[in-house]
Amino acid sequence: METLLQHLVNGLVLGGTYALLGIGLTLIFGLMSVVNFAHGEFYTLGAYAAFAALALAGLPFVAALLAAIAAGALLGALCERALLRPLRGHSIDTIMLVMIGVWIAMQNGELLVWGGVAKSIPHPFPTAPLVMGPVAIAPLRIIVLVLAVGLIGSAWLLVHQTKLGRAMRATFQDRDTAALMGVSIGRVHAATFAFGSALAAAAGALLGPVFLAYPSMGDLASLKAFSVVILGGLGNLTGATIGGLLLGIAEELGAGYISSGYRDAVGFVIIIAVLLLRPSGLFARQERIG
Amino acid sequence: MTLAISELAVSFGGVTALDGVSFAVRPGSITSVIGPNGAGKTTAFNAITGFLRPTAGRITYDGAALTGLRPSAIARRGIVRTFQRTSVFPSLSVADNVLTGLHLSSNAGFLDVLVRRRWLVLEESSLHADVDEIIAFVGLGHRRDEMASALPYGEQRLVELALALAARPRVLLLDEPGAGMTGAEKTVVSGLIRKVRDQGVTILLVEHDMRMVMGISDTVIVLNHGRVIAEGTPGEIQAHPDVIRAYLGATSGPA
Amino acid sequence: MMALGRGLLAAALLTLPFWLADPYYLHIAIMAGIFAVLALSLNLLLGYTGQLSLGHAAFFGIGAYTSALLTLTLEWSFWPALAAAIALAGAAGWFIGRLSLKLRGAYFVLVTISFAGVISQVSVNWIELTNGPLGLPGVPAPELGPWSLRTKTAYYYLVLAAVALSYVVSRRLVGSRIGRAFVALRENEALAESIGVDVTHYLVLAAVVSAAMAGLGGSLYAHYTRFVSPEVFLFSYTVTMVIMVVAGGKGTLAGPLVGAVLFTALPEALRLAASWQWQMLAYGLLLILLVFFLPRGIVPQVVASFSGHPRSAPGSKTPLQ
Repeated sequence: METLLQHLVNGLVLGGTYALLGIGLTLIFGLMSVVNFAHGEFYTLGAYAAFAALALAGLPFVAALLAAIAAGALLGALCERALLRPLRGHSIDTIMLVMIGVWIAMQNGELLVWGGVAKSIPHPFPTAPLVMGPVAIAPLRIIVLVLAVGLIGSAWLLVHQTKLGRAMRATFQDRDTAALMGVSIGRVHAATFAFGSALAAAAGALLGPVFLAYPSMGDLASLKAFSVVILGGLGNLTGATIGGLLLGIAEELGAGYISSGYRDAVGFVIIIAVLLLRPSGLFARQERIG
Repeated sequence: MTLAISELAVSFGGVTALDGVSFAVRPGSITSVIGPNGAGKTTAFNAITGFLRPTAGRITYDGAALTGLRPSAIARRGIVRTFQRTSVFPSLSVADNVLTGLHLSSNAGFLDVLVRRRWLVLEESSLHADVDEIIAFVGLGHRRDEMASALPYGEQRLVELALALAARPRVLLLDEPGAGMTGAEKTVVSGLIRKVRDQGVTILLVEHDMRMVMGISDTVIVLNHGRVIAEGTPGEIQAHPDVIRAYLGATSGPA
Repeated sequence: MMALGRGLLAAALLTLPFWLADPYYLHIAIMAGIFAVLALSLNLLLGYTGQLSLGHAAFFGIGAYTSALLTLTLEWSFWPALAAAIALAGAAGWFIGRLSLKLRGAYFVLVTISFAGVISQVSVNWIELTNGPLGLPGVPAPELGPWSLRTKTAYYYLVLAAVALSYVVSRRLVGSRIGRAFVALRENEALAESIGVDVTHYLVLAAVVSAAMAGLGGSLYAHYTRFVSPEVFLFSYTVTMVIMVVAGGKGTLAGPLVGAVLFTALPEALRLAASWQWQMLAYGLLLILLVFFLPRGIVPQVVASFSGHPRSAPGSKTPLQ
């Protein structure tokens, strides 16, 4: 029972950051129909930005997080402007290929800049775990969970309480009508991509210190983000939040009770299982036989 | 050889699109299905050709049930449809479009394709001859090697028709063949439809252009709110009080 | 004219070990050949049915492991092991095809990636079977009767035969009603169904043939490098295959071949000038540039400029959006 609680707590911490990844991607994938294979690379970017801020510049933790968010938002906006906007209206395959190109380029760029050796990201918190009853949790993880929840909350606020959020929701539901009502689709797209990438970077900055930073960490992050999006439904913020938490808990339980080697396979299996049991992918508008 | 629909019902998302529609299409006739927008005409087409699963009812052709079969199986039984929105294979030439449409004219499977070279060569050249014949029939010879999506609208719809004909239908379902066409184009299409019928193909069409409908149909079936409200010759339908009431004020005139 | 060109090419390929005797170049030729088989296999899915499989390395890896394990632990001879590798990879392709029946576009891609991910995890963790990250060394060289195909020259001819076989199979498929059905389901699925193309059947067929061909490539790779490890599932292999097909020209038959030769020879040529990280970085940028400036790939562009008959804007909206 104690280990179960421990796994659940660990799973929540992971899940919180997965939710951030998922929220970012569900907005991008859902609103812009962009299959963002580079999403994980923004996660990596965030981790390295945090590394630079913490290890090289000696900034406080929250400042490092903000630096990561800024880096994600900026690079995201740049990507959208330079690559996605000119290709708007092109087939999904074309956009997929471009994002794969960004994926490869970013990852190998990170490799060249930072080297292939995994980096430990220093953090200012004590390492001794706090023991609360049956559960032991490192202070870092508490901070990560708190910040993740805070960021998820801000994402919710942005989408549901601001004018931009309203514009985003309108564009998601019916782009043409939104445009007719005066919504600047271009600006919504730019903001969405920047915001989604910023969230991914935040997730990287939060999880990086918990584990390690290495250039290919984004690969799994991308897949897990897709997993969360598929679980929660395209464009569904609630779904992404819950899905992220579920994935984190599932991974921890799987690693604890089944085998730690297969922990990363949980996300893959979810993707396959969900897509299998929900036969009409979201691109099939008509209900079809066979 | 009769296509028969019995108590066909289709609902989705709480909307009842078809509410117990029954009719039979007389072989060798041109039968039109008309009705105000939202009457369920295209839904009926989708259900007949397997693109929609009906909530209730039976569709049979030649006595054998069609309900539950996938569209390609229904096509193999000889029932072929066109679509309301222009549907061609966009990046293929007109000739390649029609050649693709001749899919059902051959049975060559994976092993045949790999091994039986000489037989295949003969078959392919016979298919190419068929392509020329069909292209000539619809009058697109001058556009043979042009990319389908680059053609003007009216000609693209002729490519659609050529595709459907290539599938060697016994019953041809045309979904608004005259939509968006000029008067001259509609005359051409009407002529083609008659020629196809004269070759023994049964035609079922959905159309809004009343002049076109009344001009070529043997039988007219009127749908409203998912039900058949009248069935008869064009003359009978034009005088039918229920039909006039259903269309109250809304006439789809010619272009 | 074309026939003369083809004849010369064939003659050159058949006599290659004699005029390109340096073992290093032969090695490049062999690797190019193996990747040509892989590129042709991916091209069937990507170029004809229009489905992007980013998990193609899974089929490659399944072929490699099957062949290696059968010859190593069960002491099968090469040829039945090769057949088994092709069959098993093909079965995996059938599984993916059936799994993804209703999935198109991005969802299909995700399933292929996930499948590759699961298989990769299995190969790392199921140590009793695969020896985990340590891999399987000492995979035996093939034998043809009394002769061992251990030398580079002999292996070159084996690979050349495989490339020829893959090319012929692709060509016959593509030029037949099966190939037309593939293209039809890419261009307009509903329309394809309405004229009698059973979309499910053809999608699965494409997946099976494509996977089986990749399995062939995997087996050839295993018996050439004589070592198989979970590294065969590395995403960089898939990426390389995708670049070869997209840059060479998807939907053509010469495209993947050109792509395979180019992207096997180039990295080797650049090896002294730049590390592989720079190359992969360049690949990423190249992919982006290709999408913008050369979306149909090299071969169609070259053909178009020779015949002066440009087709309309590629990569633009398809009707199924």
